[in-house]
Amino acid sequence: MTAGTVERWRVRVRGRVQGVGFRPHVHALAGRFGLTGWVLNDGEGVLLEGQGAATAAFRAALSADAPPLARIDAVEATRCPVQPDERGFAIRHSRSDGPVATGVAPDAAVCPACLSELFDPADRRYRYPFLNCTHCGPRYTITRRLPYDRPQTAMAGFPLCRACAAEYADPADRRFHAQPTACPDCGPRLSHPPEAILADLKAGRIVAVKGLGGFHLACDAADTQAVERLRRVKQRNGKPFALMVANAASAERFVHLGDGERALLEGTARPIVLLRRRDDAPFLAPGVAPGLAWLGVLLPYTPIHHLIFHEAAGRPAGTAWMEEPQPLALVMTSANPGGEPLAIGNAEARERLAGIADTIVDHDRPIVVRADDSVVRWLAGAPAFLRRGRGHVPEPIKLSRPVPPVLAVGGHLKATICVTRGDEAFLSQHIGDLDNLATLDFLEETVAHLLHVLGVEPVAVAHDRHPDFQSTRFAERMGLPTVAVQHHHAHVAAVLAEHGVGESALGLALDGFGLGMDGESWGGEMLLVEGGRAERLGHLARLAQPGGDLAARQPWRMAAAALVRMGRGDEIVSRLASHGPAEGVRRMIEGGVNAPPTSSCGRWFDAACGILGVRPVAGFEGEAPILLESLVRRPRLAPGAWRVADGVLDLTPLLERLLTVADAVEGAELFHGTLTAALIDWALPVLRGRGLRLIALSGGCLMNGVLAQGLAEGFAAAGIAALLPRKAPANDGGLSLGQAWVASLGL
Amino acid sequence: LAHGGGGSAMRDLVEDVFVSAFAVHEEGQPLEDQARLSLAELMARGDRLAFTTDSFVVDPLEFAGGDIGKLAVCGTVNDLAVGGAVPVALSCAVVIEEGMAVATLRRIAASIARTAREAGVRVVTGDTKVVARGACDKLFITTSGVGVIRTGLDLGIARARPGDVVLINGPLGDHGAAIMAARGELAVSAPVASDCAPLNGLIGALLDAAPGTRLIRDATRGGLAAVLNEMAEASNIGVRVAESAIPIRPEVRGFCDLLGLDPLYLGNEGVAVAVVPPEQADAALAALRAHPLGVLAAAIGTATAERPGRVVMDTPFGGTRIVDMLVGDPLPRIC
Ligand SMILES: [Fe+3]
Ligand SMILES: [Mg+2]
Ligand SMILES: [Zn+2]
Ligand SMILES: [Zn+2]
Repeated sequence: MTAGTVERWRVRVRGRVQGVGFRPHVHALAGRFGLTGWVLNDGEGVLLEGQGAATAAFRAALSADAPPLARIDAVEATRCPVQPDERGFAIRHSRSDGPVATGVAPDAAVCPACLSELFDPADRRYRYPFLNCTHCGPRYTITRRLPYDRPQTAMAGFPLCRACAAEYADPADRRFHAQPTACPDCGPRLSHPPEAILADLKAGRIVAVKGLGGFHLACDAADTQAVERLRRVKQRNGKPFALMVANAASAERFVHLGDGERALLEGTARPIVLLRRRDDAPFLAPGVAPGLAWLGVLLPYTPIHHLIFHEAAGRPAGTAWMEEPQPLALVMTSANPGGEPLAIGNAEARERLAGIADTIVDHDRPIVVRADDSVVRWLAGAPAFLRRGRGHVPEPIKLSRPVPPVLAVGGHLKATICVTRGDEAFLSQHIGDLDNLATLDFLEETVAHLLHVLGVEPVAVAHDRHPDFQSTRFAERMGLPTVAVQHHHAHVAAVLAEHGVGESALGLALDGFGLGMDGESWGGEMLLVEGGRAERLGHLARLAQPGGDLAARQPWRMAAAALVRMGRGDEIVSRLASHGPAEGVRRMIEGGVNAPPTSSCGRWFDAACGILGVRPVAGFEGEAPILLESLVRRPRLAPGAWRVADGVLDLTPLLERLLTVADAVEGAELFHGTLTAALIDWALPVLRGRGLRLIALSGGCLMNGVLAQGLAEGFAAAGIAALLPRKAPANDGGLSLGQAWVASLGL
Repeated sequence: LAHGGGGSAMRDLVEDVFVSAFAVHEEGQPLEDQARLSLAELMARGDRLAFTTDSFVVDPLEFAGGDIGKLAVCGTVNDLAVGGAVPVALSCAVVIEEGMAVATLRRIAASIARTAREAGVRVVTGDTKVVARGACDKLFITTSGVGVIRTGLDLGIARARPGDVVLINGPLGDHGAAIMAARGELAVSAPVASDCAPLNGLIGALLDAAPGTRLIRDATRGGLAAVLNEMAEASNIGVRVAESAIPIRPEVRGFCDLLGLDPLYLGNEGVAVAVVPPEQADAALAALRAHPLGVLAAAIGTATAERPGRVVMDTPFGGTRIVDMLVGDPLPRIC
């Protein structure tokens, strides 16, 4: 093709190309390359026709210069007949008929251009809490259906004023076809001005603030009384609160910040990032993150957040103040009293948060989709999710090949769902614990909404083998073929799915509890996964779990079980009686009364915590092991403190060793270092014997950074690639992805 | 003791023990192969016959507050009573493992007789079999019973309506806790006695006070959770209960806290769940509380039009918990 020859091309662009300024981008490129034609959004993405003499350069720039929030998965171009009379390049109306197969963008933090306007006293959007543009702002949480167009979003009720309409229609403007665009004349309104919100916070009040995916409860993190009160009214036990500070410079006063962590903190997804606390941090109320070596920190992501910090900084003009450390630190916790889902409606917030929040700051832009903040940490050189939510949903996870459409409904706690479409898996936002009726409703809504926006009709529904999970019951009610996937198979498969592994692999599921294929209680499993099948090659030695789920909240019970295993049951009372009914628990274990044996790795962690006296009675499950990890500075090895026989890894000698340590720190370091070495020692001969070079690591214990990092490094040193959960959480939040992958491979 | 044919020593002894305890024949009447009940007497008491049967196996045979004999009488009496029937007569068939201690047998037989007297029913026919060691576990008892349902009553699991009030006569879990404690493995003394009791008197008083009662169930195996779920499903209603309203003795709560058990799922042998229309709820509750077996009676929730088939409990923390029927034994769920 030579320049100067007029050609016409029809181009289909797939990926995340709606709601991110892609059509303006196309329009601008058409202007730059002198093309005529048109562009539109439809259910499959963006469709355009361009005609002119520079169509090749135009097509190259489509991807190369794409807008910041766009993700291009495929560009398919075909030549078509030239239309000689065509004039100009048009943005056509969206076509809402036809198959829906495009992505909706996740919500994004306010962009730098919008921030300059927000703090420019001369700008018409100065201090306007709802400004946004095609490069930032709400997306998934305001989208009712596709294609993504203003009438299909929560902005339907806000007709554009003349000024906004002009920007919206101007292909040269940053707000060209910005669906949620708004200004003080035509957009949503906030119930309280920033100065009033700040005054309340400074006065020690608890303020509910409507965010993108739901309400937060906020208070001054330096106000001990306010934080204690928030903890009390929220029934929060010992769970840590997240901290919002103005910027990375402010965060660095409280936490250590590596480059990767800084990028996570400042990224457009704006998750809560788990960061190592500084010893010399400024004062924080002790109730923010009791006893923990980490803080969950996040930066402002809505204009409302920014305005509060702007107010606290004295309302400076311009954005220079945003580079400086700011003293204000806010507790920001999701407004979900009593373990219910996040409040999203104004009336709902007034009803449910009465008696909790002193002030409720809301606005008239509805939240369509509930989404908690995402939580991530930097782990072994890359980010890993602890919870996946706002800012990441509904970003798809790429699979190694196209599979039939399947719905997977996850586990029981920290539930998520997953839908496959082609070679993509759409993992939902964190839903919650399904004992709760409102959370179960949220699960059902999420299934309906995700299937709807993706346009998927699943051919099967995958679920856990546990008969009493609400998710299992829901799956059975759907009237579709069901596929039961064993819990730890799903954990391992989730990692294989996100890493695109098609070959056979060994998996270690280091987990709390899952119903095994033999009906027993599993949780420390070595599985050989081949395609959609799994074979159990080994497991951790079994400990009695006296009291079932109760033992997961009372680690001292697992210490008692470990003492029985050591043949030292007669020491239970003398060692553990201060934590609870030790004699009764001894009898339960020795008599086998509601003390089912489990191969759970999580329960071995609990046993170590119980022996070391680290939260022998926990406020929430997982609290004790989190604190144990928090004590570790440098993992240490107790050589030979484990046994491997017939595929069973027995850590009893390690726990015996813990009975003799000087303090909990020594014990925590020995436990982490030795467990890591033992797991590697257990798995390596199997890997070598079978000629395998991959090991997938998953399960709730991989939330433990010391263990995950130690295993990744240890296996790498032995020439084995250890795959960690990255795009889905290691805990049950990732189960649905694994279920979907296993089920779709079997279809 | 010798094992073998019809004339063995044990066989004779057993016949002696049980037949004397049952008092199966009327004074001066020869023993026949069947009990004979006067139709005229039955018809004077109501217009329908209720008939039920149940087999009883329990380990251990004797426990705080009861034994297998008392259980066998109460179980069948209660199954009749919850249908609105006045129990009239029972049969009792006993399968005994050879080698059973005779003293234990005597105590159990006496317990059967005593409980029947207390309930105001007669054991009108019976049977005993002795089987070889290992062919059964110590002692199995099967009781059947007939009763008469009074005219005009219509109790049914599918009859609950939105707005109805759910009542129970007493605290949950006493029986389940007593049985678990009595098992040797735990080697603890029972925190409470079993609630095992004939409920026909209590239910009679309830029906007198609240003739519009929709349904009554005894919360035996599967506990309160099972009854509430069955009724939600059969009546196509939702059930909403308040955790704070459900009576549970502190000793039972403590026992459950040790064992990690949920009292909602523990079996009971003296707990009746009644659903009454709202306008009769106060009278029903008063009648229950006036009876010795209903001192701790409580209104624990209501039937709702929302969420048919689902049982939901409001927790003291302002949350809701789904109370489901379990497929099997409770399994851990925390991962
Ligand atoms: Fe799990
Ligand atoms: Mg029965
Ligand atoms: Zn922007
Ligand atoms: Zn406007």
